[in-house]
Amino acid sequence: MEALFSMTTGVLAACGLFLALRGRTFPVVVGLTLLSYAVNLFLFSMGGLDTGGAVVLGDKGGPHADPLPQALVLTAIVIGFAMTAFSVILAMRARGDLGSDHVNGNRVDEPREERS
Amino acid sequence: MSVLLIVLLPLVGSLLPIMGSNDRRGRCALMTAIPPALALIVAGRHAGTVFAGGVPRAAFDWIPALGLEFAMRLDGLSLLFVLLILGIGLLIILYARYYLSPRDNLPRFYAFLMLFMAAMLGIVMADNLLLLWFFWELTSLSSFLLIGFWYRQSEARKGARMALTVTGAGGLCLLAGFLLLGHIVGTYDLQTVLDSRDMIQADPRYLPALLLVLLGAFTKSAQFPFQFWLPHAMAAPTPVSAFLHSATMVKAGVFLLARLHPALAGSEAWLYLVGLTGLATLLYGAYFALLKYDLKGVLANSTISHLGLITLLLGLDQRMAVVAALLHILNHATFKAALFMTAGIVDHETGTRDIRKLQGLWRAMPLTATVAVIAGAAMAGVPLFNGFLSKEMMLTETLETSLLGGLGWLIPALATLGSLLSVAYSIRLVHNVFFNGPQPELPRTPHEPPLPMVAPGLLLAALCLVVGVMPALTATTLIGTAARAALTGPAPELHLAVWHGFNLPLLMSAFALIGGTVLYVQRRHLFAFQRQFRPQNARLNFEAGVQWMVRGAQQLIDTLENGSLQRYMLWLVITILCLVGGALTHTVQLRGSQPLQPLDGLLVAGALMAMFAGLATAVLHRRRLISLLMLSIVGLVTSLAFARFSAPDLALTQLAVEVVTMILLMLALFFLPQRTPKESGAPRILRDALLAAGFGGIVASLNFAVLTRPLESISQFFVDNSVSGGGGHNVVNVILVDFRGFDTLGEITVLCIAAVGIYKLLNRLRLFMPSSDADGRPWSKDRHPMILVSVSQTILPLALLVSVFIFLRGHNAPGGGFIAGLVTAVALILIYIARGVDWSQRRLSFQYQPIAVAGVGVAALTGLGSWAFGHPFLTSSFGHFHIPLIGDVELATAMLFDLGVYLTVVGATLMILANLGKLTTPHRPSKQKEKA
Repeated sequence: MEALFSMTTGVLAACGLFLALRGRTFPVVVGLTLLSYAVNLFLFSMGGLDTGGAVVLGDKGGPHADPLPQALVLTAIVIGFAMTAFSVILAMRARGDLGSDHVNGNRVDEPREERS
Repeated sequence: MSVLLIVLLPLVGSLLPIMGSNDRRGRCALMTAIPPALALIVAGRHAGTVFAGGVPRAAFDWIPALGLEFAMRLDGLSLLFVLLILGIGLLIILYARYYLSPRDNLPRFYAFLMLFMAAMLGIVMADNLLLLWFFWELTSLSSFLLIGFWYRQSEARKGARMALTVTGAGGLCLLAGFLLLGHIVGTYDLQTVLDSRDMIQADPRYLPALLLVLLGAFTKSAQFPFQFWLPHAMAAPTPVSAFLHSATMVKAGVFLLARLHPALAGSEAWLYLVGLTGLATLLYGAYFALLKYDLKGVLANSTISHLGLITLLLGLDQRMAVVAALLHILNHATFKAALFMTAGIVDHETGTRDIRKLQGLWRAMPLTATVAVIAGAAMAGVPLFNGFLSKEMMLTETLETSLLGGLGWLIPALATLGSLLSVAYSIRLVHNVFFNGPQPELPRTPHEPPLPMVAPGLLLAALCLVVGVMPALTATTLIGTAARAALTGPAPELHLAVWHGFNLPLLMSAFALIGGTVLYVQRRHLFAFQRQFRPQNARLNFEAGVQWMVRGAQQLIDTLENGSLQRYMLWLVITILCLVGGALTHTVQLRGSQPLQPLDGLLVAGALMAMFAGLATAVLHRRRLISLLMLSIVGLVTSLAFARFSAPDLALTQLAVEVVTMILLMLALFFLPQRTPKESGAPRILRDALLAAGFGGIVASLNFAVLTRPLESISQFFVDNSVSGGGGHNVVNVILVDFRGFDTLGEITVLCIAAVGIYKLLNRLRLFMPSSDADGRPWSKDRHPMILVSVSQTILPLALLVSVFIFLRGHNAPGGGFIAGLVTAVALILIYIARGVDWSQRRLSFQYQPIAVAGVGVAALTGLGSWAFGHPFLTSSFGHFHIPLIGDVELATAMLFDLGVYLTVVGATLMILANLGKLTTPHRPSKQKEKA
């Protein structure tokens, strides 16, 4: 199970990074989101993978699941959302002001569909 | 009276001239002269104590944590310099009053001059290394202002900049050296440092400390190879040259050598570094002084030469050499200041400083000529003038040094050569300008300047003569006391006399005098020889060096930081790969000792789905909508994974965030191109794919390595104390709102800031709004589908109820402010989607910005509230209350904090989405324009 879990985080991280290295803003934002999923899963697993662990004190389940990574990841998810939102709006603003959605601010030809 | 006054009076006095006006120059000069005159009186009153061996000291703490104390001492060495600085300073104030033209801003000049004077006094009196350094840098800065006083001249600006660069860089070296010394000794107190000679010289850090201190001293005192800045500093007004670049500032370097002599000298390194540098500078300066045509250029180079002589003496290993150095400091200051003043007068009266154009001026200005002759004779070392005394002592000491061992005879030989050159340029300076035939045609007709302008020079010339004739009466006490401070143990007996009998030094001296005269007479051969060399302009070389450095830095910046995000990402990833990958190769075995948990079908299915969707997101990224849909699958599987591995809080949060993120990205996609054009070629794709694969491999390996190793967590503390300390059974929530409440406060603040930033970014944004999708299919005309409208309105109260429930139970069961806030936000957004912004905005008549800000405020106030009860920030308290009809209820302040979180999340999320949504309203005036 551990191998499968780490493989999944690895694949997600790789895909996220690949997208983050693209030249247009939207894939980069998508890539960052994907990367943040991978990072959240990775961080979460630092407390171990508990199946059916107790969640609330007094639960009858197994040993209590590690609450610390959970608390950290919970805020990370919300902050990740704020970051995604900020970067995508920044991308829109850049396109509005620069007329391009290239991450380097290059003025490149817009795709054909836009010219209609 | 406190010795502090000696420094503080001129420091405060630097403000006095600013109150004067340029029209009443005499009064301005008088006002300026009062503080240094008073300071001189204070110093004079302490002189008796100092001569008797006392060291008056005054101090107060400045920054005790750094070991910085505002401590001033007045020992013999300080007194010598204090008298020089204040005495010559007063003469310069008088001289400058007549030298500067009415067009020059005299109050400004005096203010800079006084600032410099105070800084210089600070250096010589500081009793703390850091304080000394502080004043050291202050002299660099104030001399920059003074050299650049005629700031409209490019020469002055460039000369000032060069001086600041060289002495400033040296100052930084000096600071480093002082810090090292402070570390070795354990304090920056000067006396302790001076007393710790053995400890310092036994320390391995002695050599670097010595080198750094010497760099500071050599740059300041224009020692070879840093001498080049001094001739260019001559662009300053002549009073500045006379004061800073002969009598005082350039003496700061040799003062430092004398000051730290007890602690640093006595080693081989000191002997060779200081001695040979001094010797090289002595010869270099003397040779070029002979060749210059500019009066001030001759004087600048001769100053370099004499500073070299002083450095050489301080470097030698005899105690008497130090005494000779101190005597020469005094002598050089008097005759060189006088010579600079005459040079200034000549320039002032004739309009030129070119030796080739000047001749026979003594008829027109006999008084000035007298000053020049006396000071020149002192500089040449003619008997009965003060320069002779120190030169004889110098020659005596060079005969006895152990420097260079078997080749030691070179030192006196070269010293004699230096004296010979010194004689030659002194004669050239005086004879060429004031005699040597009749007076030629000049830009102005020269005549004697007003008496107060010559008087300072006359006074200094008289001093040269008096000290030269009666050394025992005048200089012995002062120099002897100064020597006691610069040497450890008893100072050698000082017998200053004009006549020491026939001995080798006298022979060398005579040889120098005769040789120098011969050289002057035959100088045209030397000039012809020198013409074969390409003339070097230090300023051009310096400027070229500076420009070369700037270009190099610019190129480096352009290479590393070319504005391309892709390039930055590349460097970042490569760094990660190298660092983490490199560290992983040191791990012997990736798999740890923990047994692996078994797999089940559901897990495999989920993992495959996530991987498939992730890969599809990447592969299909040019078709953005499909890529986005694939991304949402990954998000949902992530949420399921949290649920599967006992983290219901995370699963709920992830689910809610997933919904909000997708709505946001969909909205954004509406305004952005629907497809990504093909840009990267195959090599780029391959490179990125390889990088990504490497990165993924490292992440997976790390994750696997951690998961298979035994876990040691601090979490047990939170589990144990959750109920007793935070009053909640949901440990995750208790951590968020109680144990790590401060972190959460920071996080909701970030959320709020991001929302505000987005709000500003969307302000006046104009975007093209497509009317059809990428394939040309028009968007549906039905903006608000009926089914969605009805469903969303039905769901809203239900969703709000759920969010209240989640919020309230959060402390004891999965839930809490974050999740409840997201649920509320999603329910409201659904209304926006179904009904449009205008309809919703009319009914939800409140702004979201205040809600988000109020949320952070509530959370912060909850934290502050605990102060009112005398507890640290964010201490929580809780209790059980019995409410009729409802029963036992537990209330905690943490719940109030959670309310803040809830409000922030709702406010921020809606601020982001509702503002983005507003762009789509049909009433936007810009829309039609954009379309056209």
